[in-house]
Amino acid sequence: MSTDGPADQLTPGFRGRPRPDGVALPPGQYLERGFPVLTAGPTPHVPTDRWALTVCNEDRETWTWSWADLMALPQDEPTVDLHCVTRWSKFGTRWRGVSLDVLLADVRSSAQYALVTCYGGYTTNLPVADLLGGRAWVAHTYDDRPLHPEHGGPARLLVPHLYLWKSAKWVKEIHLVRDETRGFWERYGYHDYGDPWREQRYQGD
Amino acid sequence: MASGWRVATLVDATGASTSARTLVLDVPGWAGHRAGQHVDLRLTADDGYTAVRAYSLGSSWDPAAPTRVEVTVQRVPGGEVSPYLVDDFAVGQRIEVRGPVGGWFVWEPGAGGGAPVLLLAGGSGVVPLVAMVRERRRADDRTPFRLVYSVRMPGDALFLDELTGVRRRDDGVDAHVVWTRGVPPGLADDRPPGRLTLRELARHGWPADLAPLVYVCGPTGFVEAVSRMLLVLGHDASAIRAERFGPSTT
Ligand SMILES: Cc1cc2nc3c(=O)[nH]c(=O)nc-3n(C[C@H](O)[C@H](O)[C@H](O)COP(=O)(O)OP(=O)(O)OC[C@H]3O[C@@H](n4cnc5c(N)ncnc54)[C@H](O)[C@@H]3O)c2cc1C
Repeated sequence: MSTDGPADQLTPGFRGRPRPDGVALPPGQYLERGFPVLTAGPTPHVPTDRWALTVCNEDRETWTWSWADLMALPQDEPTVDLHCVTRWSKFGTRWRGVSLDVLLADVRSSAQYALVTCYGGYTTNLPVADLLGGRAWVAHTYDDRPLHPEHGGPARLLVPHLYLWKSAKWVKEIHLVRDETRGFWERYGYHDYGDPWREQRYQGD
Repeated sequence: MASGWRVATLVDATGASTSARTLVLDVPGWAGHRAGQHVDLRLTADDGYTAVRAYSLGSSWDPAAPTRVEVTVQRVPGGEVSPYLVDDFAVGQRIEVRGPVGGWFVWEPGAGGGAPVLLLAGGSGVVPLVAMVRERRRADDRTPFRLVYSVRMPGDALFLDELTGVRRRDDGVDAHVVWTRGVPPGLADDRPPGRLTLRELARHGWPADLAPLVYVCGPTGFVEAVSRMLLVLGHDASAIRAERFGPSTT
């Protein structure tokens, strides 16, 4: 611990990355080795030949990808840590999917917010900026196998730097909107942003 | 020069865009800097862990306020340092500073025998280039400048008023903005958002014949792409100075 008093403290409140020597969990989280399933409702089963992903901008222009379109795009293989608001964290999960940078590259929009909607009706909101910068994917493969429906298959959003409820399972549409529109859990009082490192679990955190 | 860390105090902070903030630091013992240089900032957590990042100096050095330095930090979502500097670090709090750093990516009046200057900015890469524009203004210099600024969308643009808008007061500095993901409403030309093209670079930059000094700064992908275009347009590789801020986002 620092011996300096608060008056001498540098950059108060700065936490930094998880330390290599083990303090790697965000506040209030525990390490999970399985892969718990938490879903707001029943698991939808969407065959890939009926699956499509649509991005809709603030002027209601749309861009749509079929399953074959998605597979034809450049693929990433991120290995990421997951943090669920129910307090488990899982390290080093291996995925395959398409970066949102690729999907949004040709989408005309100046909207700041996204509302993601899903097969089964689940929704969640997050800033568009958090979908960009190599930090978000539409993932279809987990641990070298097609993503199981209970984990969001055939494809889910993967935004690992936010609590896992933002990584919407069974992703269907991404609406780019001017004004932040709350999604399913957010309307129940969960945080609009949900940064695990700042422990933004609930509105007002 | 860049050896020691000094404890600086944040004396002022203002929003520079929806995703960036300008920090004014008072650095005791600061002895001046040149346009284009940067500082290293060191952040300390309460268990002693530290993180260091580079930030370009946005203001030219003012002998009347010799210990003040200014940086503009763009929030990289999920980043270790930038969200703290943009959202949490408060006026009156302290941080360690080292610098000025860098001697190649600099411009001063008379550089290159007074050659015209071409500034190519991607995103927050505009910060050190604006320092050059400000240095030209401070020195009352007349070197012809052109700036091409590639930025995602209106909410992200930095120094726009100063470069193109009502606060613009630099004769001989032509600035052209390329919107890559969203254009401001009511823009006169109908260019859809998209990356800077070779044609636009040829049109808004200086021809290679004029042998300009070229400064390219931004995310790595931007710097790589623009440098290739400059070579295609006949610019001499030795006249191109580049500064890479990190991974590409645009
Ligand atoms: C010489 C120099 C000058 C710089 N000047 C400025 C400046 O004036 N203003 C400014 O805002 N930044 C500047 N940078 C970038 C800055 O040093 C940091 O890299 C940036 O703020 C991100 O740090 P972070 O800790 O928030 O992100 P990190 O925790 O380091 O990275 C988080 C994630 O974002 C990615 N990433 C890292 N950097 C960037 C980036 N620049 N753009 C997009 N994604 C990134 C990483 O790959 C990683 O995935 C400069 C960099 C250099 C080398």
